[in-house]
Amino acid sequence: MIKIEKLHKSYPIGKDSLHVLKGIDLHIKEGEFVSIMGSSGSGKSTLLNIVGLLDIHDEGNYYLNGQLIKDLNEKKAAILRNKFLGFVFQSFNLISYKTAVENVALPLYYKGMNRKERLQIALEYLEKVGLKDWANHLPNELSGGQKQRVAIARALVTKPKVVLADEPTGALDSTTTDSVMDLLKAINDEGMTVFVITHEEEVAEQTKRVVRLKDGVIISDEFTKAAKAV
Amino acid sequence: MKFLFDSDSWQEIYGSIRKNKIRTVITIIGVLWGIFLLVVLLGAARGMENGFKKIFGDFATNSVFVWTQRTDTPFKGFQKGRRFSLNSNDIEALKSEYGDKIKFLAPRNQTSNLLVHNFKSGTFQVSGDYPVLDMIQKKKLIYGRFINQNDMSSYAKVTVISEDMYKQLFDKGVVPIGEYIKINSINYKVIGVYGPSQGIDLDGDTAYIPFSTFKKVYNTADDIDWMVITADQNTDIKQLESDIKLTLKSLHKVHPEDKRAFGSFNLGTEFAKFTDFLTGMQFLTWFVGIATLIAGVFAIGNILLITVKERTKEIGIRRALGATPKSIRQQIILESVFLTTVAGMLGIVFGGLILFVIDSLFGQGEDAALVNPTVNIPIIFIAFITLIVLGTLIGLIPAHMATVVKPIEALREE
Repeated sequence: MIKIEKLHKSYPIGKDSLHVLKGIDLHIKEGEFVSIMGSSGSGKSTLLNIVGLLDIHDEGNYYLNGQLIKDLNEKKAAILRNKFLGFVFQSFNLISYKTAVENVALPLYYKGMNRKERLQIALEYLEKVGLKDWANHLPNELSGGQKQRVAIARALVTKPKVVLADEPTGALDSTTTDSVMDLLKAINDEGMTVFVITHEEEVAEQTKRVVRLKDGVIISDEFTKAAKAV
Repeated sequence: MKFLFDSDSWQEIYGSIRKNKIRTVITIIGVLWGIFLLVVLLGAARGMENGFKKIFGDFATNSVFVWTQRTDTPFKGFQKGRRFSLNSNDIEALKSEYGDKIKFLAPRNQTSNLLVHNFKSGTFQVSGDYPVLDMIQKKKLIYGRFINQNDMSSYAKVTVISEDMYKQLFDKGVVPIGEYIKINSINYKVIGVYGPSQGIDLDGDTAYIPFSTFKKVYNTADDIDWMVITADQNTDIKQLESDIKLTLKSLHKVHPEDKRAFGSFNLGTEFAKFTDFLTGMQFLTWFVGIATLIAGVFAIGNILLITVKERTKEIGIRRALGATPKSIRQQIILESVFLTTVAGMLGIVFGGLILFVIDSLFGQGEDAALVNPTVNIPIIFIAFITLIVLGTLIGLIPAHMATVVKPIEALREE
């Protein structure tokens, strides 16, 4: 599903450049539940941005769903994002003046689906995350956990190949963290590839494979107890 | 094009406008003000123009009046200060020389006399005129007709009087046609009564009698007091005026450089001054209106730019969810065009209302300052199209700014 070979990325800072990713090799198969662990500055967010086609790598190869990602223009990237990727952000990133169901339906809008159809699908996904009754509420009327569940519904609505979650529980307390992780697990159990970035051990433990990054290189890559239990 | 008729596009615009009510209102006011000014100024200018046209009214404006005075230069043995008169010879000479340029030529003789009807009387101007005068200064006849060629050749003692004279000389309800009035103790049959003329009136209350009759009765021989010359529409009336004077000077043995011998009044050049003034007004109106309009459109661009900046993160989210740069651009341009269009329509409506108010305040009655202040639909249409085009062009700037930021940077924005 995701295949990364010798990936390098550096950012220019003034005259110097900061080498963030120093040759990452990673292969994630379909249906995996992977977490990337690392302290801040380890390059985990950069990796997710590159995987999420929000940023471009300098060197190395990146295959998404067997397709080599190279020389993407914004339009192609937008279409690929819409087709293959679902995003869940730490700060939820819901559009504040749209209701929950409208937020969930937004990716379908960019897919070119008509309004009636996409609101119906969006409602199905809201039901799936247990927020059907909150469909017509604005984001600021929802709790943090509810917001993140809306965001997850939005990430899932296009039936992507991979769900990318950047610190999905970073802004949540432990109870809501568990409910969000349970949701992600449930999604994974249905066969979805889930790719989580976190710095919380408890979160990483609940995934099936943990990749640890330090200073731009992978220092360990192992299956967790949760995976072995299955 | 499908994009325009997609209810979702409008849904998005509605959402974005609803979110930013105040800036939307301010933006709209900017453009509204521009087109409002344009409409009101154009309408007021048109009203003024109509007002001036009303003043010139029924008078052929391409006209010049010529009369004789005293010479100021000795010439061919004549002393300076000589008096002389125009005569029928001059008329023939002018007609043959400038026949292609002169549309009408009316020689006139005038005097002042006591008019008597039964026991009523009054002193009025009496004017000996050719029928052609009616072509130069249209008379609005209430009763009867103006002098015709028959009256001229038969030296008929007939007269055409004004409505005021009729009221002064006749009892109420008496039909004046066929009645006789005494002018200088000679009986004249009334053949017509004319109403007050619109705009300029050279004569005031005058009893018009045939030129031929005047000549006989007042024994003016071949002399002519003055004449009115109306040129063809395409003739330069100023040039014609000096040409005619030169011809007359040679006919009357007056020095070509003599400045006093012939007096004249050129209605054409006077009128041209007004038209120039009006053209200037129109130009100013357009200039001010368009400039304000452009300022308004720039305000829209400016505010959209700020909005785009405010919405950087939202745009980033949308792009992460699969919005193409094109769809973002379309959205912002559509928003710009939509705002300008709404503002434009409101401006036109308000402008129209104000013109309506102006019309009812200053546009009514005989001596209204502004007559029928209106703006042509095609002009409004052009202004409106210009507005939409400008709205699109100005929308391109924020639209570009919205897509130039990378989604990753946009998302990082707080």
